[in-house]
This record gives sequence, structure tokens and C-alpha cells, in this order.
Amino acid sequence: MDKAKTKSAHEPLFHIVKRTDIPFWKAMLIRVAAVLAALVVCGIIIVLLTGKNPFEMYKFMFEGSFKTERKFWKMLQDLAMLLCIALAVTPAFKMRFWNIGAEGQVLIGGLGAAICMKLLGDDGAKLPNELLLPITILTAIVFGAIWGVIPSIFKANWNTNETLFTLMMNYIAIQIIAYFTFIWSSGSNTVGKINAESHAGWLQLPKEIDSSGYLLNIIIVVALTVLMFLYLRYSKQGYEISVVGESVNTARYIGINVKKVVIRTMLISGALCGIAGLLLVSGTDQSITAETAGGRGYTAIMVSWLAKFNPFYMIITAFIVVFLQRGADELQTQTDRIINADFADILIAIIIFFIIGCEFFINYSIKFRSRKKKEVEA
Amino acid sequence: MKRIIALLLVVMLVCGALAACGGDKKDSGKDAKDFKAGFIFLHDENSTYDLNFIEAAKKACDNLGVECIIKTNIAESNDCKEAALDLVDQGCGFVFADSFGHEDFMIEAAKECKDVQFAHATGTKAHTEGLDNYHNAFASIYEGRYLAGVAAGMKLNEMIEAGKIKAEEAKIGYVGAFTYAEVISGYTSFFLGARSICPTATMEVQFTGSWYDETAEKEAATTLINNKCVLISQHADSMGAPTACEDAGVPNVSYNGSTISVGPKTYIISSKIDWTPYLEYAIKATMDGEKIDTDWTGTIATKSVALTDLNADVAAKGTQEKIDEIKKGLEDGSIHVFSTDAFTVGGKKLDSYKADVDTDKDFTPDTEVIADGYFHESEYRSAPYFDLRIDGIKLLNEKY
Repeated sequence: MDKAKTKSAHEPLFHIVKRTDIPFWKAMLIRVAAVLAALVVCGIIIVLLTGKNPFEMYKFMFEGSFKTERKFWKMLQDLAMLLCIALAVTPAFKMRFWNIGAEGQVLIGGLGAAICMKLLGDDGAKLPNELLLPITILTAIVFGAIWGVIPSIFKANWNTNETLFTLMMNYIAIQIIAYFTFIWSSGSNTVGKINAESHAGWLQLPKEIDSSGYLLNIIIVVALTVLMFLYLRYSKQGYEISVVGESVNTARYIGINVKKVVIRTMLISGALCGIAGLLLVSGTDQSITAETAGGRGYTAIMVSWLAKFNPFYMIITAFIVVFLQRGADELQTQTDRIINADFADILIAIIIFFIIGCEFFINYSIKFRSRKKKEVEA
Repeated sequence: MKRIIALLLVVMLVCGALAACGGDKKDSGKDAKDFKAGFIFLHDENSTYDLNFIEAAKKACDNLGVECIIKTNIAESNDCKEAALDLVDQGCGFVFADSFGHEDFMIEAAKECKDVQFAHATGTKAHTEGLDNYHNAFASIYEGRYLAGVAAGMKLNEMIEAGKIKAEEAKIGYVGAFTYAEVISGYTSFFLGARSICPTATMEVQFTGSWYDETAEKEAATTLINNKCVLISQHADSMGAPTACEDAGVPNVSYNGSTISVGPKTYIISSKIDWTPYLEYAIKATMDGEKIDTDWTGTIATKSVALTDLNADVAAKGTQEKIDEIKKGLEDGSIHVFSTDAFTVGGKKLDSYKADVDTDKDFTPDTEVIADGYFHESEYRSAPYFDLRIDGIKLLNEKY
């Protein structure tokens, strides 16, 4: 590079130009090429480090999501959960409010559900399920919304840094969960299945309709996806979010109450995280640990950004992430432990690096110095 | 936009069709070659707790000539049930999980797959759940702890005789995970073993609030060393405490297996549960179609309770001989670890105590466990239930 610069001071070897309108097919082609390139790099690393056949590895990765009906349902469940949290963080990010706190908001939402199931279920008030379920759902949503709105109130009134604020709230949430798991267990730090006998407060369809236990979660998230798309695209509030995200001053100029929009949007974001917590605690695990959110609160940010905040694209980006995670899980059980979880994580990281990296080539094109010019200069 | 949705729907449909076609054949053969045993572990080889299980699983499967399928890093959530059912899909006739929090999810899997045997280490619910295909197992590890305590007592005596410490300074430090019966039973039996050899021994316990937290365990060990504890032991799964001991030059009695690799100058001995005998027994019973004990307790006699290589460079002279002598006493019943003559609670000798043996929501004590002059640990169920705070042991923090 340096040499090239000194040889022709007027024009570098290449320069980067912002693309304004790349055709859809071309963007897709770049993305497909990136995935292929990632697979090649992974293949080389697999061969060099383990001596295994990479195609066999890719087959196992595929089987992680599709080998059996059970794996397929589990993949859909993981997809739904990740998508739900990605949907939750989207309005905030679209408003350029860096909500890193989804992990904590999900946990607190889940805690709300767990508290209701504990205090109003078998061990406590023994409310009938018709009463218990709505209270559980409402509590989870309210808890999530409260945890989400606290940083936004500080942001709106005193312009605090929301990235740090929401991040710190995650650690507080984890400690609160640790406290409750401690008091709900006799020191073993394990809550176990809540209401295991009566299934009170369990958010699941009857076994006869849905043997996997995940169908209701999936249906709810599909509905939320459509609603979020409509909200962001067609509602007045969705438009306000875009304007605040583009420029706070413009928003003020056209008479948008920015404070109100920030707080309202974080209420929605937190409430959706609360729903995710509800689906995980009441719908899936019927138990709670500090690991219940499982890092999805952070992964969801990537899913949302990669999809450019479009809820329907998020189905695809969430699928890619979940497909890779399920594949990695499958790899470490299938290969006689030569590939462990850490190695599988490395492969996932390489693939995601390429997928994110290729966005650069979609947004910018590289123009090389043309030969003709060079000759003229010479 | 429409194109994307159409494409997505097509992909989903194709995948659905593939999934429906890909149903697995189930193995029903009872031959060793065809038999598969599946294992679910909370962490992977980096945790000494799980490593101990992983090694036992491989050894047991090797010995029996059956296929071993291992799943690591399985959370204590619905993921555990998924993992168990996936192992069944892969044809496993026996499924085992190693962490306390896996229990409820294993029970759910057992209810769904009646023709597969499910076994769970450290759990407490098999004897009350009433399922034919769900089993608990543990070992009388308090006996191993007691013997490890004997080695610690010998070391303390050596230090007193050499004039390094005064008799009343023989203070042991113990890094525990939670104030949970398994941990309490462990440190109490260790302490009683040490005090049976060194009568002036006392102990301080520092809890970390985690089964696996290298930093917290190292910090806890350092705190104890700064508190003038002259010997350290632990019930936590990382290399944190052994490393802190090696750095400070304080002798260490380990758990789950030898930690001599990080403490060549301080490691004395380690007690551990060897799960190989149980896994061999349970897998073989499954293959032969025989009944597995609902609640199995391994002992020194079944070779489930083991002491790993004594480090002669650090241990006091005559330690091995003393351990052999006491071990004989434990085996023939002339020595009881929790003999009521050996400890007091609040200054008083106990002649009656009710422990929480049958797990219920409120953890109510339900079973009389003191008889014939000793506390009957691991007899009414395999998982420990000794949770008395005895005199001579000071708990520095009980917040966990």
C-alpha cells in the first residue's frame, strides 16, 4: 500500500465508494458468496486442526436442525425465542437508543411469571388456572416494561448513557434472579419445575394438540412479528421512531415530543422482552435460573441489525444464527468429542464474521485504479 | 418483500417435509454392540466435577463394550429434557445426567419414554416419584471425606510437632459452594476425620455461591489463608483453591480427583466418587432387562468412594498406613463417621434429629436419622441429608 502511494501520489491503488442503489440480486449474490467463502475457510481450519472431513461436519451441522422431527421443533422454538427478543430490541435500536439490556429485561419478565406461578400456584394461593394465567402474563409484561423504561426515563430527562445503563441493569437482574433461586431452593440453588403436579400457570397447548410443547410459543412470536412490522411501517408511532432515529433535532422541529417517544418506545421494548421471559419461564422451562435468557439478549441485537430492523428479514437472520448454534451442538456430540463446544463456537464465529463482513461490500464498492490512467501517467 | 416471504415459506415447507421423512429407527437389540448409553453433562472437561463423570462414562462403556454418546454443556432447563429425548431418538436405552438441577427435566423425559432407563446423579426424588424407569444414585462420599480428613489431621500434627504452629493454631480453611446438605455433609465429615487425629483442630468455611467459579474459589481460599488457616480443602469444582494454596505454600486436600498438576508442592490427597461401578451396574442391568435400584448408594466396598494418589512429598509420614487402618474400621462398622460421641451442636450431644429426606416444597424434616449412637447418612436415600451446624466449625458467610 505504502509503495503504491509513493509511486502515484495522485491516486491510490484502490478507493472505496459508497453504493447508493445495489440491485437486490447482486446483494443476495454477495451474501451467498460470503457464506460459501466462510464454509471454505471453516473447511480449511477443520482439516488443519482436526483432520476430519469438512463435508461430514457440514452434514452434521445440517442434521442439528433437520435430522428428526424433534430437532426441527427445537430449532423452531429457539428461532422463535431469539426472534421475539430481536423484535423487542428493534424499535429501540431504530430510534438509535442502544438497548443492551434485553438480557436483563427478559430475566425480569421471566421472574414476574415465576413469582406469580410460585405465590399464586400450588405452593401459595392456589388460584384457578383461568385466573392465574392472565395475571402471570400481565405481570411478566409489566415487569419487563418497568425494567426497560427505567434507563429511558434517565435518558430522556438527564441524557444519561443508555448503553452503560442498560448493561448494568443486566447484572442487577442476574443478581435478583440469584436471590430468588436461593430463597426458593434449600441452598441447592435450583428452583426445579414450578407447579410440576398441577401444571398451574404453564403456558402450553394440551399435549394432544401439540406434542412438542413449543407450538404456542411459535404462534405467539409469528403474531408479534406481523404486528411489529405493521407498527413500524404503518403506524404514526412507528414513523416517530424513525424520525427520532434519523435526527432528534428534526423530530423536535416537526413537533415530535422526543422525551415521550423515547420513554414510550422503551416501554414497548421492555414489554416485549417481558413476553420473551414469559414464554421461556412459563411456556418452556417452567423454572428459572440466571441462565434462562442464555445470552439471547445480546445475540438478538445482531439479528436485528443484520436484518436492518425489518421484522420479516429477522426471521432469516435469526434462522441463520439458530441453525449454526444447533449445528454446533450436534457437532460436539457426533464426532466422538474430537470437536468440542469451543471449536464449534469458533466455526460459528467465522461464519458470522463473513456474513456481517459482507455487508461492507454491499454498502460500498471498491474501485481499483484503472490501467488506462496508469499508462497515461507513465 | 413478497419474494422473500415466498422463498421463506418454500424453505420451511421443504424442511418440514425433510424432517417428517427423517424419522429415526430405534434400536431394540440387547447385544452389547448395538446398545447405546447416553450421557448429559452440565459443563465439559474443564470442570473437575464433570471431568470425573466423563471419565467414568467412557470407562464404563469401554468395559461393557457399548456405544457411549456424550452431550456436554447442557443447561438445567428444558434443554436437558430435549437432550435426553434426543439421546433416546439416537437409540440410547440408558440415559444419565450429572447435575442436581437436571432432575425435574429427567423425570419429565422418563415419563415420556417408559421403555428407556433414566438415571440421575445427586438427585433426591426417585424414591418418592414412583417411576419404574427413573433412578437416583450417589455414594457415601462422607466416608471418603473422612479419610481425606485423616490425612489432613496427620499433616496438622506434623506441623505442630515440627514447631511450625502451636496446637491451638491448627485451623483448617474450607471453600464451599452453597450451604446445601451435600456440602455441609462433606465439610463436616472432613473436619471430623481431621479432628479424630488432631484434637485441637478447628475449621472456618467460606462459601462462594457457585459450583464452578475459579476466581471466587481462589479468592475464598486466599481469604482463609489470610485468616491464618494452615490447611485448605474445598467443595467446588475449579482449580481455584488448589492454585491459591500452591501460590501461598499452604497444604491442600482436594476433591473430585488429583490436582497435583497445579499443586505439586502443596497437594496432599483427594477424595472422589468413582462413578464407573454404578454406571457399569446400571447399564448392565438395563441390557439384561433387570431392575435398577431406585436409589443406589455406592460405598468404599463397591469401590465408588475412592482416594486418589497420596502425594508422599507433602503428606505426613505414616498417612497411608493410618488411612488403611481407619478405612478397615469404616468397612467393618467399628467406626461411624457421624458418631454422636464425636460432635456436639450448640454444646449438646444429639440423641434425635429429623432430616428432610423426602423432598417436598417446604423442605420439612420428615425422617428420624439418629439411632444406635450415630447419624445415619445416605441410608434413607442416596443423596446426603446431613445439614447440622456442629461446634468447632465457623461459617464465615452464610449468604449462599
